[in-house]
Amino acid sequence: MVHNMRRGKIKRQEPQNKQIDIASYNKDASPKAYVQNLSGMSSAQKKTMLSAGVDASGKGRSGTYLQMDHSVVHSNSLFAGLEVMSTTQALKKHEWLDNYFWKAVNPQADEFTAQAHTKPNHGYFIRALPGAKVVFPLQACLFITQNNIMQTVHNIIIVEEGSDLQVITGCATAEDVSRGLHIGISEFYVKKNARLTFTMVHNWAEDVSVRPRTAAIVEEGATFLSNYICLKPVKNLQMYPKAELTGRGAIARYNSILFAHPGSHLDVGSKVILKAKDSKAEIVARAISAGGEIIARGYLKADVAPVKAHLECRGLMLKESGKIYAIPELEGNTAGVDLSHEAAVGKIAKEEIEYLMARGMTQGAAQAAIVRGFLDTSIMGLPDELNKQINKAIEACEKEAF
Amino acid sequence: MIKIQNLTVKIADREVLSNINLEIKKGQVMALLGPNGSGKTSLIMAIMGFSDYKITSGDIIFKGKRINNASVDERARMGIGAMFQRPPTIRGVKTRQVVDLIKQENFSTDKAAEELNLKEFLGRDINSGFSGGEIKRSELLQLLAGSPSLSLFDEPESGVDMENIVLVGKMMNRILRKNKDNAALIITHTGYIFDYVKPDRGCILVGSKLHCAGNPKSILTTIKKHGYQWCITCEGERLKDKSHKTSR
Ligand SMILES: Nc1ncnc2c1ncn2[C@@H]1O[C@H](COP(=O)(O)OP(=O)(O)O)[C@@H](O)[C@H]1O
Ligand SMILES: [Mg+2]
Repeated sequence: MVHNMRRGKIKRQEPQNKQIDIASYNKDASPKAYVQNLSGMSSAQKKTMLSAGVDASGKGRSGTYLQMDHSVVHSNSLFAGLEVMSTTQALKKHEWLDNYFWKAVNPQADEFTAQAHTKPNHGYFIRALPGAKVVFPLQACLFITQNNIMQTVHNIIIVEEGSDLQVITGCATAEDVSRGLHIGISEFYVKKNARLTFTMVHNWAEDVSVRPRTAAIVEEGATFLSNYICLKPVKNLQMYPKAELTGRGAIARYNSILFAHPGSHLDVGSKVILKAKDSKAEIVARAISAGGEIIARGYLKADVAPVKAHLECRGLMLKESGKIYAIPELEGNTAGVDLSHEAAVGKIAKEEIEYLMARGMTQGAAQAAIVRGFLDTSIMGLPDELNKQINKAIEACEKEAF
Repeated sequence: MIKIQNLTVKIADREVLSNINLEIKKGQVMALLGPNGSGKTSLIMAIMGFSDYKITSGDIIFKGKRINNASVDERARMGIGAMFQRPPTIRGVKTRQVVDLIKQENFSTDKAAEELNLKEFLGRDINSGFSGGEIKRSELLQLLAGSPSLSLFDEPESGVDMENIVLVGKMMNRILRKNKDNAALIITHTGYIFDYVKPDRGCILVGSKLHCAGNPKSILTTIKKHGYQWCITCEGERLKDKSHKTSR
């Protein structure tokens, strides 16, 4: 936590970004053709997408959005109350959409955001119409298939009054891509009494840098549930998504599962600003270092009362090297707020490994079971089907991670 | 089944077992009595091979093989199983998952859990918030699943209510009777469990030393009458005529 004391005032500082030379990436990418039928994609591409939670068969999905580099390759909705298209197309279709652009995220926040502001390349537009209960999750995939490019997308999700939507986004790089930069602006609007479950799985490559810039505005009686999973190597990931609870009784919950391979640097946090009475928030993070670095941040800010929010971070060190740095921050600005946090960083307890070994499991099997338990997704409170999908994605990643 | 010869064990720099000699034969049930802190649990942990329990001298011979240097899982796969007194909670690892990973063929996790009144515990993190009695039953479930030839029961009856002690006894017998050669070491300081599982021999551990071996009933009676302190001075000899025999 970095605080500057100046004339008795406490000034909070945002994390400093690791330097990235934006100019070293290609702004342009070759156009990719629209694909009518996703099952026709190469099996390598399908596998990569699946490990990011996106199923090319479209089975059990209410729709799909797929972008490769700067091209919208596929977009469809199978549900009447659901709109799925690129933000570029949506801007043409809905005149009012301007009111949602750059309202949650400040375009001048940093150089990456500014870059996406100047030169966006589509991104998804997803909207659940008022009262629509979209049973199956919608899937969106942002795919980098060309080496050394910079992908800049601007996504918008609007969950209209009383509607219910689940979104799975998978961001991934094709197998032969080693270097790249992904900048993703995402603005989510969860309207009165609506509910959005947003699950993002990242599946990058060793030399890819990633800068998502995400903010959600959650209205009265609405719920925003955000799950983030990053198990694959990534050179350098920095994100600090924010939810503003603006309506009475609004709820936000962030769950993150982070795995740092040797050479990976993850600076990931979640922020919730509680601006309305009776609003609630919970931030839960599980961080594992297998030699890489993780900075796990959390920030809860309460401007009114009564509100209640809790932050929890557990870190597990698997190797002698590596680093997990947990930085929980709480800021109460009035009486009657209830903010709390707990953080713990440690290694796998030897007695837990030996206990399982005493039943006949090998040391490796015992360790894997414990790590798998540490990454238990049942804490995320997801719908069954979605939970299964995510576990599949975790398993696919784990196979390579251990 | 198992032969422990001149075994001395240290935790950190502290000697918790001194020069222990003990043999449990095939098909034999051995009772181990002793006051708190005398090293009973340490003996089980040392036999199982937990790394905090360092053997500084002596040997453990199991089924004719010296296992001093065998890993915990090797010993388990050779047929040693333990019902632990204070098993750790493992967050996110479900009881069912563990049982399914360790069970022998033809073992029905659900059926056994039902018999042990543990059905709703299968979906819970292992040992998380389990009461004393629930821990015992969950440990028994795991032993049943693994079916060891030598079972080490650490205070099977402590914290178990009257109703469940019958169940615990029944399941211990089931584990023992799976094969006529199966053997056990039962740690207790009350002896209540002997109403359900009959020991063939008994011995006493006081202050890290093993004192005598003999008829478990009369050892228990002697302890009840004279207390464990008496055993320290006895060295097994004085009990000789009263059906006790020295282990040395
Ligand atoms: N992990 C440990 N670290 C340090 N001392 C221990 C540990 N486990 C047991 N001891 C000590 O070793 C002695 C024997 O303990 P234990 O074997 O648990 O006795 P019992 O089971 O007979 O009550 C006690 O004095 C106890 O405090
Ligand atoms: Mg004990």
